[in-house]
Amino acid sequence: MEPKFILATDVGSTTTKARFFGKIRDEWKFLSSGEAPTTVEKPVEDVTMGIRNAVREVEELTGHKIIDYECEELRFLMPHKGENTGIDVYVSTSSAGGGLQMLVQGVVKSITAESAQRAALGAGAIVMDVLSVDDGRDTYEKISALRFLRPDIVLLAGGIDGGTKSHVLEMTEILAMAKPRPRFEIEFLLPVVYAGNKDAREDVKKTLCENFDVRITDNLRPMLEVEKVEPARDAILGLFMEHVMAHAPGYEKLKKLVSTNIMPTPAAEGMMVRKFSELKCVNSIGVGLGGATTNVYSYFDGRFLRTVSANLGMSYSVGNVLKEANIKNVKKWTPFQISEEEVMGIVYNKMIRPTTIPMTFEDLVIEHALARESIRMAFNHHKYLARELKGVKKERTISDIFEEVKTEDTYLDVYRINYIIGTGGLLSRAPRRSQSMMMLTDAFQPVGFTSLAQDSVFMMPHLGVLSTIHPEIALHIFEKECLIYLGTLIAGAGISKPGAKVADITIEYENGKKDNFELLFSKIVKVEIPYEKTVNVKVYPSSEFNFGAGFGRNVEKTVRGGVVGLVFDGRGRPIHIPEDEKERFNTILDWYSSMNLYPKEKIEEWRSQL
Amino acid sequence: MKDSKESFAYTPGLKVTPCTYIRRIRSLPLKGEILVKKGENVNFDTTVATCCIEGAPYIVKIAELLDVDPEETVRYILKKEGENVSKGELLARNTSLFGLINKKVTAEVNGVIERINEITGHLTIREPPKNVEVKAYIKGKVDDVIPNEAAVIGTYAAFIQGIIGFSGERFGKLKMAVSNPEQVLDADMITENDAGKIIVGGSLVTYEALEKARKIKVNGIVVGGARMEDLESILKTRIGVAITGREDIDFTLILTEGFGKLPMSENTFRILKENEGRIAAINGTTQVRAGVLRPEIIIPLEVSERARREKELEEGKMKVGSIVRIIRFPYFGAVGKVIELPIELNKIETESLVRVVRIELLDGRKVLVPRANVEIVAD
Repeated sequence: MEPKFILATDVGSTTTKARFFGKIRDEWKFLSSGEAPTTVEKPVEDVTMGIRNAVREVEELTGHKIIDYECEELRFLMPHKGENTGIDVYVSTSSAGGGLQMLVQGVVKSITAESAQRAALGAGAIVMDVLSVDDGRDTYEKISALRFLRPDIVLLAGGIDGGTKSHVLEMTEILAMAKPRPRFEIEFLLPVVYAGNKDAREDVKKTLCENFDVRITDNLRPMLEVEKVEPARDAILGLFMEHVMAHAPGYEKLKKLVSTNIMPTPAAEGMMVRKFSELKCVNSIGVGLGGATTNVYSYFDGRFLRTVSANLGMSYSVGNVLKEANIKNVKKWTPFQISEEEVMGIVYNKMIRPTTIPMTFEDLVIEHALARESIRMAFNHHKYLARELKGVKKERTISDIFEEVKTEDTYLDVYRINYIIGTGGLLSRAPRRSQSMMMLTDAFQPVGFTSLAQDSVFMMPHLGVLSTIHPEIALHIFEKECLIYLGTLIAGAGISKPGAKVADITIEYENGKKDNFELLFSKIVKVEIPYEKTVNVKVYPSSEFNFGAGFGRNVEKTVRGGVVGLVFDGRGRPIHIPEDEKERFNTILDWYSSMNLYPKEKIEEWRSQL
Repeated sequence: MKDSKESFAYTPGLKVTPCTYIRRIRSLPLKGEILVKKGENVNFDTTVATCCIEGAPYIVKIAELLDVDPEETVRYILKKEGENVSKGELLARNTSLFGLINKKVTAEVNGVIERINEITGHLTIREPPKNVEVKAYIKGKVDDVIPNEAAVIGTYAAFIQGIIGFSGERFGKLKMAVSNPEQVLDADMITENDAGKIIVGGSLVTYEALEKARKIKVNGIVVGGARMEDLESILKTRIGVAITGREDIDFTLILTEGFGKLPMSENTFRILKENEGRIAAINGTTQVRAGVLRPEIIIPLEVSERARREKELEEGKMKVGSIVRIIRFPYFGAVGKVIELPIELNKIETESLVRVVRIELLDGRKVLVPRANVEIVAD
């Protein structure tokens, strides 16, 4: 029987978010949301308490009875009775207590360790460390790193099937000797998923069985040219439910309530990006800009990849964003004088008081600059893992992962990204939608024609887990209620002099009307066209610019508008930001003005200070 | 419409109180022995629990060092699993070609041979176990004992939470180095006599003062703010996420307000001043995530002091009339009285729609700020 009312929760590291959906007049609608602090730690060590509080808020706002108050333990009234009582489906995701934290071990850093990392990230894990024989650390350093980590699960891989066993057994031995302890309890054995050379399975079991709970899965690199991460990923997700969730306070009760398995938040969030892309047959990039982590998802030519950049986020981890990005890269997005000390003051005080909100535009501009940098670095991390399989790789260090990844190294072709979807508190709360569109554009710098959208009120994880049992309902709500279509970005790669022609543009409207204009270098032109309208756009680029068909080659496409509209980006790729400070301020203020990013008076005030 | 002045708001804020009952659970990292009994009096440095932590493993790559196949290694090893070895002792030898090749491997650490791996050709020496002692941390009474795991120590104390701290638990006599919360703590305010003490500063501690504190061996500094670059120079590391407590500096530093020059809140300053000369326990450990951990200053009080009104620690509920402090620029540190708590969302300067509070500042200005940007000073 098709459900009528659905409740979904995400037990986040700080807040538990409830979302309530219902079928009203034959159409699925998002009805209400409720939020409450997560109760995974003292004094209330029971996640169901936070869920109860969040759902109670939904009840108060809608008048719909969901909780069975006759039971002391949290129970929901299921199935629904009439229009105002009960639900039919309850699903949940969780990143409570810092999410799923994993340790990854492989033999060769750029081969098995990299594949293992992809498998762990694919399961929605935060990867605490990646160890390999060739990671540049001495054995004692590896042991010492392991001894102080408290992972939820270890993924051990290495060697192709039938190949040499000694290296993977060396890594096994290091793990056995270091005996890292599990995060939650002293008493239970730390789970280890072994996905390496199948000939070494018995030796691995023998070495680890005394102190670890060993699970064997298929080798994730059975041959050098083959990567098979799904069995390892599934084993990790199984263990997440069985071990990690089971040892978190209150999860035993929660497990009894849900209609399907609880999923790690990033796994569910990514699933929605994947399902949407599969359904639409498009290449998409998704980003979840959180307080502690930034998650990036890509679905490209049928390949799906999910990465979680731990310690890149907009509140708890914002100090790290500044540290990794470098203060100059943050300041380059600001159109006013601000000292490094002032920037540090804003950033680090936000880190220690993460729930506070910017009260001035200057403060807001700094937060938006940090968001661009956080996404840019997380995308680089993502591109680092979105690479073709290779047997032999050049040496890289861990710190390289936030560096720019050369275009030829990644299979993510910026010319062929059809959709960019953003989610997370900062994007959802941006006072103007044009600010979200600009942040996503500047961070990803897509080329050609790209549609941009954002999650309206953070419900992608909820819909992701729902999609495992009711994919049609989840996709319907995702498209109709969750996504806000910001608009279409039309941008060319290339560089020129400010004021030089980038392209001639023609927009043909449905009513036959035509608009022609010249797109100049370093300028942005925004045309307000709502989502319901489609227009035909013809681009005649100058020889220095490529809009997807090649340098100087014309492109024509029919595109939709959005709440922001069509944005023609003549800033080149990579985006040209002048070195001279005054010129930079003026250029950025022109962009702000074209995008209607901040109030006119404020932009004029900044301009008058130049 | 409901009278908006009736709206209440939950504001977490930092706990600052002249007298309350504090309990601290002193847990062992592994199961071990609890050395105190319920009801027993303990001092700051009393050892309350102890356990043994397994020593570090030391892997010796015998096959590689002797240049032999891993499967053959066992033939060259002179020791057995479970045997004790001392640093310098011979572990394995490969003599061949009538003594022309004579390779030896000796132990580089003391310990026990835990494993000889015939597949990898490695030998593992486990270093001797280490004894871990858990101190009482605060002066008080043992309230409870969890056998083999923890002791709970309780005391009446003045209690202050800071916003971020560095380095772990220490104790010492409180000394006010400044006369008001705005004053900067400079190097010349710290003297040789301050060794082992906890020094209280005002709005800022300078780099020179931090350096001098280390040289003189003060045990702690409590101050409103510090400049990030000075902190990073002292800590010799960059700060990225607010998870601290393990910094390898010789004193504990607690910032009560944040980064930069920020006057210490009047309330905090007054409590510290009232308790000058008393012994305080401090801990810089901070974790700004779920289950927030803030740095703390605990000043155990004598029985006579408890006569003062005991203030229960409770999460603050902001209401009209509450005295609050703004904790974000441009009004950072400004104190005022709540005059209105509108229920509906309001647009602030940045055009964000948020729940707000209207405050009358001490200088008479009336400002509208997000509720998330204030903390309660008093009801």
